[in-house]
Formats: sequence, structure tokens, C-alpha cells
Amino acid sequence: MSQVNDVVVKIATVNGTGSASANGLFMKAIFRMGVPVVGKNYFPSNIQGLPTWYEVRVTGDGYQSRADHVDLMVAMNAQTYAQDLAEVAPGGWLLYDSTWPRSTLLNRDDITVIGIPFSRLCNEKFDGVRARILMKNIAYVGALAALLDMDLDVISQLLEDTFASKKKLIESNKEAIRLGYDYAKENFVCPLPVSVAPLDKTKDHIVIDGNTAAGLGCVYAGATVGAWYPITPSTSVMDSYKSFAKQFLLDPETGGKKFCIIQAEDELSAIGMVLGATWNGARAFTPTSGPGISLMSEFIGYAYYAELPAVIIDVQRTGPSTGMPTRTQQCDILTCAYASHGDTKHVLLFPANPEECFYMAVAAFDLADRLQTPVFMLSDLDIGMNDWMCPDLNWDDAYKPDRGKMVTAEDLESMERFYRYLDVDGDGITYRTVPGEHPKGAYFTRGSGHTKHGAYTENSEAYQEVVDRLLVKFDTARTLVPEPEIEYSKFNNTAIVTVGSCDGAVKEAMDHLKEKSIGVNYCRIKGFPFSDAVREFLDKHEQVYVVEQNRDAQLRSLLILDLEINPARLVPVLHYNGMPIHARFVTESIVAEMAKGQAA
Amino acid sequence: MTYIAKPKISHPKIARNKLGLTARDYEGALSTLCAGCGHDSVTAALIQAIFELDIEPHMLAKMSGIGCSSKTPAYFVNGAHGFNSVHGRMPSVTTGANAARSDLTYVGVSGDGDSLSIGMGQFAHVIRRNLNMCYIIENNGVYGLTKGQYSASADVGTVAKKGPANKQMPIDPVSTAIGLGATYIARSFSGDKQQLVPLIKGALTHKGFALLDVISPCVTFNDHVGSTKSYAYTRENYHHVIDADFVPPLDEIKAEYDAGSAMPVELHDGSKIVFRKVDNDYDPTSRAAAFSYLRNSVNAGEIITGLLYIDEETGDMHDLSGSVKQPLAKVPYEDLVPGKEKLSRVMDRYR
Repeated sequence: MSQVNDVVVKIATVNGTGSASANGLFMKAIFRMGVPVVGKNYFPSNIQGLPTWYEVRVTGDGYQSRADHVDLMVAMNAQTYAQDLAEVAPGGWLLYDSTWPRSTLLNRDDITVIGIPFSRLCNEKFDGVRARILMKNIAYVGALAALLDMDLDVISQLLEDTFASKKKLIESNKEAIRLGYDYAKENFVCPLPVSVAPLDKTKDHIVIDGNTAAGLGCVYAGATVGAWYPITPSTSVMDSYKSFAKQFLLDPETGGKKFCIIQAEDELSAIGMVLGATWNGARAFTPTSGPGISLMSEFIGYAYYAELPAVIIDVQRTGPSTGMPTRTQQCDILTCAYASHGDTKHVLLFPANPEECFYMAVAAFDLADRLQTPVFMLSDLDIGMNDWMCPDLNWDDAYKPDRGKMVTAEDLESMERFYRYLDVDGDGITYRTVPGEHPKGAYFTRGSGHTKHGAYTENSEAYQEVVDRLLVKFDTARTLVPEPEIEYSKFNNTAIVTVGSCDGAVKEAMDHLKEKSIGVNYCRIKGFPFSDAVREFLDKHEQVYVVEQNRDAQLRSLLILDLEINPARLVPVLHYNGMPIHARFVTESIVAEMAKGQAA
Repeated sequence: MTYIAKPKISHPKIARNKLGLTARDYEGALSTLCAGCGHDSVTAALIQAIFELDIEPHMLAKMSGIGCSSKTPAYFVNGAHGFNSVHGRMPSVTTGANAARSDLTYVGVSGDGDSLSIGMGQFAHVIRRNLNMCYIIENNGVYGLTKGQYSASADVGTVAKKGPANKQMPIDPVSTAIGLGATYIARSFSGDKQQLVPLIKGALTHKGFALLDVISPCVTFNDHVGSTKSYAYTRENYHHVIDADFVPPLDEIKAEYDAGSAMPVELHDGSKIVFRKVDNDYDPTSRAAAFSYLRNSVNAGEIITGLLYIDEETGDMHDLSGSVKQPLAKVPYEDLVPGKEKLSRVMDRYR
């Protein structure tokens, strides 16, 4: 049997040995051959020494989610060898560094083991410990190229593009590729029955991670102030913003920065800085993860009540507490929706991939300004830190930022008096001024009880009038958040509601279910508060599977709370072990749930 | 009750500043603090200083946290925006505000609880950034709104109205700020307006982080015999070691000083601070010497006042970051967005 463009390769290495660039090279080469590919990095919370894996799923069908098995394991880490050997699917292959003998106990009859002496080959060819270690990684890419029938020219071109400014590296990398490639060709039957063949499915596509796309989105949205405290897995959002800002936001004459990045002492401070900046009329944001949200909570409530815009990018990781910082989850949905003490609720956006991270980052700034409130973009580690294939990002030069209801100095000049919290238009959104414009616009921004005129109050009615108006505003938000992605046919009885990075796994599962003659309707939620379209979708189905990546069915809870859905109608399908969800999990869970329903 | 308006009284001969405004134009709402509260005197000194500096009201931003002191921004300059933030977090809000609008004058009013306990982290880090602001601590050694607990600035041996004497070492904001690298450090007393007003003017004009630690007695919870932050104790134990006169830009230094005891320092806008040494042992230009003098005074139970340290050389946050001169919030969107063409070139990097 031969299987083309449908193979899963997993590479086991040691953290800190430079394998990331080799793995990226491998994935990118497949992408450049026109073949859709998914890359997942399973890395430890460690700088050097702990095991790390990179999984490449070659998927000619263009599926987005991670694989549920391994066809070919590249076992470069002796420490995890036994575990890696066990993980290979029956009939699969294992490639290892045969410089050193393997324990004969570590064998499997149902797979093929391929030994290539990578270390010996590289030690003979290259000088210096560091070079030998790095080139060993490149050499296994060469071996993979031979085993999978990949195009060497594509790899060469990639190396030339990558090391354009370091010519010496191009040659040594090419030599290392050749070492692995030639050894495999001479000693084994190449290609394997699984292979990669050129396609034309990656045109006008890029490979990018969500954090890079989000940082780029912040630049395009016109954000000038970014405040943050470093935390995995959100750090690369600020790295991205910084690098694009340095590219695009320097004054051509003076070289001065048209942006200010502040590394705060903690997340309490980071969000405080964002609020100070937005109060003064700038667009400002902070990237963080769950523990940061916990620390920011007091200020988030302040921003809700004093009505200040803020964009908070939460790249979720596995909780609770410190949890597993380098594993993924969708576990901050409830904490973000209701962050802070007192009656508070917040606008959430849920990107499903890097492409949406870019567009939703821009939308988050518009919504934050329009609604004068914090807006959360809930990405996760899987979206944020893994490389995803997605369509080219596009920009409409006609775009104008929505700064919301701002009163200008000219407006103020002709006004008798300005009051901050009057609902003039009936949509719950009031008019705001910024400092430095006009003395008539001055008001005292406060988190203490205030009247619609902005004055301090302990008067029950005056207090209640303002918090009731905030509810009207929240209902306006319902009409402004992005609409869900819906696939609906009246012939389907089964429906799935899901969110964010579950998207790829669920869509693939829908194909599997179709093969079992189970037609499924689909609704992927993109925003909170839930729009009418979400309610209407739910109303059309007696029972709905809610697929999400946390233990406590947080999206399901939010649907019940916000839309007052009968809980019995929402069946939870929960994946929360820290690894990204895959299609087989979704298919099997739903089939099992259906069987339960029929047995009852 | 900030909505109670004070009656405006106009007098033809009332003093006006260069903007044609009177001191009354710099007032705020009626104070709701206790009668005799030191904080109200600080508010009065602030009004005078801001009026005399000819600051346009809307170009001032009043920042605070939580506590009695943090209420006071409502009591001065009605025409300025105020940000009454959360407890201990005024420094971060001011940092963000300044990042967006470097052209405003920032005055932050805080207390000893707000700055030295819940806000100690932010207090320390705003100093490290040398944020361009005037930071006033209205220091009374006690939590007023929660009825009289010791604060972190309470001296060893001071006695509250009820309970045993304080045994924990106080955190002294002034020597802390010297250690952390603040570039303008002063201490004064709410009952000494003559000293306070020029110190505030200098702090508002200084480009960088200016700390003003003002002993401001709490008449309700900490003004009794046995308290080291009472009016009586402060009057008895405070020393001017170095006084400072503020001279606006273009004005000549008119006062006569004794040779060797006066030292003018020019501020970034051309105004000058003239130091007058009271204690000849004190050197306000040496961080190390000032630090050691201050630590000794804390141990001796003395309250050392005056402009204790100044450094006009170190750049503020924007200088360190390399920001453009234009306030970031005023940069038009068209000058920020890279556009469609550039994005398509970015895409090529990801293939």
C-alpha cells in the first residue's frame, strides 16, 4: 500500500539543542511543495535538557487539527526512546540515531526500525560541539527528505532564503541535509510507502503562528502603547508587536518610536498602564495568560465601571494555578467573561486560528473604543505558538478605526456642559472626552459609585441608574461582536457548538461522522455576549454537543447563563489533558453519547 | 460631595496669572476630609503652585489611588481630568497615561498606605522608569478611612489611640526613593506652606520622577500625645536642612544669598531651583551622601525636610524608550498604519 500526502511524522529531541529550526525547515519544505501541513510543538517549561517533540501532519485534504497517531517517529532523544517507540502506529516506522547501540529489549515486531548514525556522520563532517549538535538535526531532515521523497531543491531554496545574510551557514546546512539524504538512499528502500508528492494547495497561503499574527494586528489597528509582563505562552505577541513596530513605526526623519512598549513589574501594573493610555486617547493593549488575568481582575472591574477601553489578549494555557504553562486549554472563558468583583461582564472574542488572531485583534480595538470597555481576545497556546497554514492576511486601505463616541474640543466649545455618563442615544454607550483637549471636558474618572453626571454618589437610585445602563450597553455589544460561523441544513438532527481552536478537529470529525451517515450542523462561536444568531441556532436543535477544551464545560455554562438555555439540551464534549484536541476524540465522544441516548 | 459648587467670588484686583486665570479657577470641589486635615493644606499649596506656574487646567492630569489622600484630586483644578484609580496602582495608570500623552503635567497624590504598603511595588518601579510626574505622598502614618491602623510609615515607638506601640521599622519613602534612583526628592510638612509651594513647583517642572513626601497629620486618628506624626511632634522635630526657591524661566534670581550656601540648578524648561543650605554638612547632589544622611536622621528620629536630592541629567521614560516628540495619542492613524502593500510583503516572509 502506498499513502501519499497523508502521513504523520513526530520528532523527539532534547530541548535547547536547536531542533526547532530543523523542524521548521522540514514543515516549511512540505508547505512549499504545495502540500497542506500542520505543525505542533510539544515543548517543556524548560530552557535546556527536557524532552520536546514536534509533530508534522502532512494532510493533502487540508485538515487543520493535529493528528491522532504517529506514522514515522524520529527518535533522537535516548531519554524518551521507550515512550517514543511505543507511540508509533502498527505498520509504522521509527528512525533513530544508530551511532550508539539500542537496548535489544526495545523492539517491536509490528514496525520498521531505521537506524542512521547521525552523530557519527556529523562528528566526521563538522568541527565544534555546537555545530555537530545543530547539524545532526539538519541531517535527520535530510534523511526524512529521502524517506518521504521530498524535493531537495525546495529544501535548498529554503536554506538560502533563511540564511540569506549568513552564506557560510547555507553550505554547512546543505552538507548536513546531504549526509542524511545520501545515507538513507544508500541503505534503505526510499521512499517509504508513505510519501509526500507536490500539490498546488498552498498558493496564497502562509505558515504563521497566532501570536505573530496578533502582534501584527495590533500594529495595523494603530495601537501605540503596549504594556505587559512576560508570561508563557503570550510572550511572542509582544515580541511580534515590537518587531513590526520597529519596522513600521519609526519616524523616518528622527528615528523616534511612534510606540511605547513598557515591560511592567507585574500584570496588575500592565493593565493599569493600558487604562492610563486609553484614558488619554491612545490605543493600548496587554498580552497575557491565565495567571495574568487573575492579577488584572481588580483593574478589569474598574475599566468596566469607569468605562475605559482596553484590549487584553489572553493566550490561554493549562490551568489551574501555574498548571502546565506549555500546554494548551480553553480554560479562561468564564474567568474572563466575569472577571472582577461585583456585577461585571465583559466582551470576548474567540479566534480559531492565526488568521483570525490578526483580524480579531483589529476588531478588538474597534469594539473596545466603540463600547468603552475591556475586550478580551481569547487565543490559546495551540493557536498562539504553533505554526498554522492559513490564507494570506489582507488589508483594506479604506479601513478607518472606530474610535467610538468621542467629544472633541470643538464640540465642547459649543456645549453648555459636558456630562460623562449620559445615555444620549439609548444604546447604553455614552460620550467620552480625553484629557488635554478642553477644560469643559474634564471629569473625575472613578471606580467609586457615580451618577450619570460623573459625580460621586452613595444614592441608591443614582447608582442603579448607571449599572442598569451598563446592561443596555452589554446588549448593544451583542449586536456588535462577530457573528458565529454556522453550517446548517434542516436535514441534520445533530448539532455541535464549539469555539476557538476546536474548529479544525470538529470540522474533520464532521467528515468522519458523515461517513457514518451522521449529518451534523455546526456553530462556532466567535464572540460574547452571544448574538441572536447563536440563540437561533440553539433554538433549532433539541440537543447540542458543546465541544471545548476545559474540564468544567465553561462555554456550556456561559451559554446557559447568558441565554438561559435548559442545561439538559447541552451535552458537554470536553478535552482537557493539555494537548490540542483531535478529530477522533470528537467523533468517538459524539458516537458514544449518541449510543447512550439510544440505550436510555 | 463633589457636586457642591463653591461660590465664585470675583474681585477686580484679584491676582491673575499669565493665562488671565485667578487662583479660584484652579480650585476644585469642597473637601469632604475632616476639619483640620493636613491634606487640605497640601491641596491649597498645590492650587497655589499650579496657578503660579500658569498651567492650563486641561493640560494637567490628576492621578490618585485609594484612601483619604487619593480623594484630594477632586478638591483642586476642576478643569483638569482626574483619575481616581484602584488602591496602590496610581503609578501604573500614570505610566500608561504619560506613555500616551507626554505633553500633560501629571500630579499624583497618594498616601503612606497607598504607596508604601499595597502600592510599594508600583511605587518602586515608577521611580525606576523615571516617569515624568510629581508624586506626592500625604504621609500620616495611619489608615484613616478604616479607622486608625498603623501604616508602613509609622515610626517605631509611636502610639496609636488604642493598643500597643508600633514595633516594626518604618518604610521611609525618601531614603527608599534615593536608593531606587529618583531624580527629584523632597520632604516637607503640610503646615509649612512657605516651604511646600516652591517644592511643588520644582516637582511639577522637573522632567523626571519627583517625589514629595509631605508629613500631613491625621487630626482624627494620629494627632495625639505619643504619636510621631502629630502636628505638635512634627513642628518640634522637623528640620530644614536645605531650602529651595523656585525661579520661573526668564526671571532673574533676585534674592540675595550668602556666598557658598546658595546653588542654582537649571531645570529643563529654563526655570531654576536655588538651593539654600541650612545644614552645611548636607550635599544634595550626591546620592550616596544624601542617602547616608537620611538614614541617620531616620534612626535619630529627626524629620529632615527640604529639597534633598536633584538630578536633572537622567532622561525620563520617553527619553529612555526613544519616543517621538509628538504625544503618541496625537499621532494620526494614517501615520501609523503600514497599509496593504507592506502587508503583502510581510506575507512573503511566511511562505
